[in-house]
Amino acid sequence: MVEVKEKVEAEVRAEAEPYVVEISALDERGEPKPYKALNEEVHRAAAAGCDVIRLRDVHGQRFLAAGMEGRVRLEVYGTPGNDLGIFMDGPTIEVFGSAQDQTGNTMNNGKIVVHGNAWDVTAFAARGGKIFVRGDGGYRIGIHMKEFRRHRPVVVYGGCVREFFGEYMAGGLLVALGLDGRGNAATHNAGREVVGPGLATGIHGGVIYLRGDVPDHYLGVGAVKRGLDERDRKTLEPVLREFGEYFDVPLELIWEKPFTKVVPASSRPYGAYYCGKLI
Amino acid sequence: MNGLSYRGTWDKPATPPGRLERIGEACGIAALVNLDGRPESGARIGKMIRTMVDRENGLGAGYAAYGLFPERADLYCLQMLFDDRGALERAREFLGKKFRLDADEEIATYPVATLLGKPPICWRFFVAPPKEAEGQEDDYVMAQVFRLNAELAGAFVMSSGKDMAVFKGNGWSHEIFDFYGIGDYEAPLWLAHSRFPTNSPGWWGGAHPFNILGLSIIHNGEITSYGTNRRFVEMWGYRCTLLTDSEVIAYSLDLLLRQQRLPELVACAALAPPYHFLIDEMENGGARELLREIRVNYRPAMLNGPFSVAVATNYEAPTLLGMTDRKKLRPLVAATSADGNTVFLSSEECAIAILGEDATEAWAPHAGKPVIAGVGRGLVRRGTEDYFEGLEIEFANP
Repeated sequence: MVEVKEKVEAEVRAEAEPYVVEISALDERGEPKPYKALNEEVHRAAAAGCDVIRLRDVHGQRFLAAGMEGRVRLEVYGTPGNDLGIFMDGPTIEVFGSAQDQTGNTMNNGKIVVHGNAWDVTAFAARGGKIFVRGDGGYRIGIHMKEFRRHRPVVVYGGCVREFFGEYMAGGLLVALGLDGRGNAATHNAGREVVGPGLATGIHGGVIYLRGDVPDHYLGVGAVKRGLDERDRKTLEPVLREFGEYFDVPLELIWEKPFTKVVPASSRPYGAYYCGKLI
Repeated sequence: MNGLSYRGTWDKPATPPGRLERIGEACGIAALVNLDGRPESGARIGKMIRTMVDRENGLGAGYAAYGLFPERADLYCLQMLFDDRGALERAREFLGKKFRLDADEEIATYPVATLLGKPPICWRFFVAPPKEAEGQEDDYVMAQVFRLNAELAGAFVMSSGKDMAVFKGNGWSHEIFDFYGIGDYEAPLWLAHSRFPTNSPGWWGGAHPFNILGLSIIHNGEITSYGTNRRFVEMWGYRCTLLTDSEVIAYSLDLLLRQQRLPELVACAALAPPYHFLIDEMENGGARELLREIRVNYRPAMLNGPFSVAVATNYEAPTLLGMTDRKKLRPLVAATSADGNTVFLSSEECAIAILGEDATEAWAPHAGKPVIAGVGRGLVRRGTEDYFEGLEIEFANP
């Protein structure tokens, strides 16, 4: 019953013109609005029932779409500040530029698409939703990510990421492709490492796919490398297709280079570390 | 103790608060250098630091400008703050005995209604060391600066280099900008800092940049190895008087770069060396051995804890250097202008992007590796290279 209702509603929505609201992130003096004021405008627009909120001239305002629910779509032009989409539970954010740090912090559901780079601590403790980044990432991406039943966070980087990728990861899917350049002009990078040391230290759930090889000494405690089997390809295929659609990257190019899979060696790597005898 | 408790009660801005030995902060940093030496007003650096307003809490901000006094470039410029006229006169007497006083003037300041407490007296002295100090002018000036900071009540030296100056105080970055009229100065190299003191007091001396002679640093983070680092520099005659961990970075770098004349890359590796397990795996044998030597010889110079810093020097050409700790626990991004002539460093990318369409795509320097760019030197390092990449390493005594 609920499914039918949702379907009908979706059809109705598709027929109607989308209700678009444009918000400038600059005040009348041309200075960036404080993040609180801007966020209040965004929340008010969403509460008024609009489908698309277009944010212009964003310059570092933090916590955009914090805790927002529903299916609203945010288009961000400029450079959103730290904690973009923090605690978000449903909306889609598309960033036409680069994001900063802590993108998708503790995100519950929804989607973030970044056409530039997204630096450190992306998807920190995320427990659902998807994040697609065309370019590079920094340090501590996907740390403490977790999953529960159907809630499974997915993070895909088109470029390279740095150290502590998937540290203390407890669930979800992390992917870094190590591509250079954009869209159809993307190339296999030569000379840049797809990932850095401290990879997946303390991982006890979830899976990491990296395009290319990873030196053994980059693996953190509790992480092991595996080859890909048919099931892995089935897991990756839809995720990579979605990535390719957003950024115009041909799937064949991505599959040209073999992947390395990194998984936990055990579900409780520190089980015997502190109080193993007690449990 | 939270720095906030000092607001409003702080009416002696140039005197350090007593019984406080606390460290640590989390702040905003911004820097730019024009590689062709073209001076520019403080407008852009002011806009950069102001854009990151969420990184500050109004308890300290500051600016440094290099290439500021070309007509007096051979004189040391002591930028000082005083609680009162008496302190100013005592300092003038002291400086008259210790130096040849070439000129002195009040630093231009403007009333800012929102600044808390009475602002200090801001004075600038252009001095030359006496004949006896010939050949060791820098050391002589440094010794006098430490005497002033540690012993002259109600006064401290903001900066003591040639052809440069630091402007700092207790307030928001836009207040300190207006207070000193930063937009009126022109320089090819700028640093800007906004402070969020977490467990050290907010006072005029505790604001960044920290300077000694031609070196200034701005810092975001906290140095958990402060005790070790402080003892290390104190062995070499430095005196930590400003109640914050950040000043020890300035003295460490002055020791390594100026006194010991280490190459910049070696000094940076001493502050943020890679882990031994990564050194062991290095393919470049020269870099591997050099990094081991650095770790052994400069163990107490290693800065533990989170930091990102931007450093300005003018030992030769004005040079900007930026790096983070080896685990990248604080942010730093870099970018160049479209014409390649300006190099920007910033805590957040938005501060570079807001300057306009002329900045190219920003990059994030790798943990513990420096971005180096200087007037007439170009962009020497992007901070994404391997250790000592492209350099021949030879040991004098193998």
